[in-house]
Amino acid sequence: MSSSTFRGLNPTMLEIELRRVLRNKRTAIFTLIMPVVLFEVFGSSQGTSDKVGDGNVTAYILISMAVYGAMLAATAAGASVSLERAAGWSRQLRLTPLAPAAYITAKVLSALVISATSVAVVYLVGTTSKAQMPTSTWFQTALLAWVCSMVFAAFGLFMGYLLPSENVMQALGPGLALMSFAGGLFIPLSQYNDVFRAIAKVTPVYGVGELARYPLVHDGRLAGAIVNVVTWTLVFGIGAAMRFRRDTARV
Amino acid sequence: MATTLTDTAIELSGVTKHYGEVHAVDGIDLTVRRGEILAFLGPNGAGKTTTIDMVLGLSVPTAGTVRVLGSKPEEAVANGLVSAVMQSGGLLKDLTVRETVRLTASFFPRPRPVEEVLARAGLADIGDRLVGKCSGGQQQRLRFAMALVPDPELIILDEPTTGMDVEGRREFWAAIREDAARGRTIVFATHYLDEADAYADRIVLVRRGRVVADGTSAEIKAMATGRQVRATLPGARVPDLQAIPGVESAEVRGDTILLQGRDSDMIARHLLTQTEAFDLEVTSQNLEEAFLALTGDGS
Repeated sequence: MSSSTFRGLNPTMLEIELRRVLRNKRTAIFTLIMPVVLFEVFGSSQGTSDKVGDGNVTAYILISMAVYGAMLAATAAGASVSLERAAGWSRQLRLTPLAPAAYITAKVLSALVISATSVAVVYLVGTTSKAQMPTSTWFQTALLAWVCSMVFAAFGLFMGYLLPSENVMQALGPGLALMSFAGGLFIPLSQYNDVFRAIAKVTPVYGVGELARYPLVHDGRLAGAIVNVVTWTLVFGIGAAMRFRRDTARV
Repeated sequence: MATTLTDTAIELSGVTKHYGEVHAVDGIDLTVRRGEILAFLGPNGAGKTTTIDMVLGLSVPTAGTVRVLGSKPEEAVANGLVSAVMQSGGLLKDLTVRETVRLTASFFPRPRPVEEVLARAGLADIGDRLVGKCSGGQQQRLRFAMALVPDPELIILDEPTTGMDVEGRREFWAAIREDAARGRTIVFATHYLDEADAYADRIVLVRRGRVVADGTSAEIKAMATGRQVRATLPGARVPDLQAIPGVESAEVRGDTILLQGRDSDMIARHLLTQTEAFDLEVTSQNLEEAFLALTGDGS
């Protein structure tokens, strides 16, 4: 890698990127408010004080909803390349010294910040709820939900390069909800039959959810979850990189 | 401004660009000297934008070489020596005018101050406005402001006033003209003849990917303007008509004669006093027609 690989990367980029996210009401609702609302709906229903692992069902649901918010946030941050391509902004950037890899890096950094904000908001609301788990588990699960959501930053980038739409999140929002059901984020896998459970384990949301909840439940499916997260990160990352190379090639 | 060792802003030699069977640019040789204001004039599809893309390093020629201020195009762009105002797009609607310039400035190692750039592009009063709320003319001046950020030696404008109203065009060109007075090289593509005429020192006319004329505005006009005198004159013969003073070309269609020449008064006086011609009609070939004559498919 030469010194010019990340040429042009700077804090102003990140600052303005974050301002844009906050300015966009739809993104703010999707990534900051919706996970909280879902947690309030599912997390306060009957039987949530039942014990799960080191904590209770409310804590289990809290982690799942934080994962969901982090996923949405990271996907939205990555998928914003779609809008920027449609607006001709990517082309405009080629008339500046900004290196293409620096642009992608800024997108990943902004995904990290927005996803961290989303997790923080859900967990803050969680502290006022009936959620119970050891203090260290609060931090471990939050950190895992945040870090693992980068699978979806890669997913968002890939989709952003793949789909030409200006409103790519309108398609990806429902898609992520479906993937969350498929991956056992909204409904525990124990409620599924054997066939659906087997399918769930190869879908991209499964690994993130399992990993983030592991410090709470310790249920021994760690290796499968790690393989799942790494594999999907590679699939989406390589897909995004291929589309990105095609997009920035001089023809 | 950064100094370079060359007096040549752009050098195209034998440049072609083919997309399959389509020869968008079909062999252009062109040298643009530093400090020139050059209009790249031609109808839609003449190859103007394709040529500009190659000068900016956005695409590579099929054959030939492009040098910009002595460097490869992409190096000139990365060093802030050349910037461009594109025809459309390239703006994010959810940023303010000032944020757009700030963001652009953040990519360059030695940008001009944001407020100075806004003032020069006539945007000082609307820095906090969202780009999506700006008029077409204001958006175009924002593109110009972004192009000013690196304080480049050369600015390229691709059909910068397309779709602007008269007032927008006037304000836009006022900003450009003020800037050009500082000695920057400016190349603009246009299909508006009056813009080329009013703002360029030199006009390069392109048609079907080739240069068909190259000179000052006056030289280009002299190449193609003129008037046509039409009259009825039974039995006229072309050699006799061509002998009439002032006639450059003559045509006979039945009883009708068509005479081309720059001094139509002299031709008309001759026809009315020295011949039996009647039903005389003088029509002027305006600049638009001259342009069409040089760039149209018939030439």
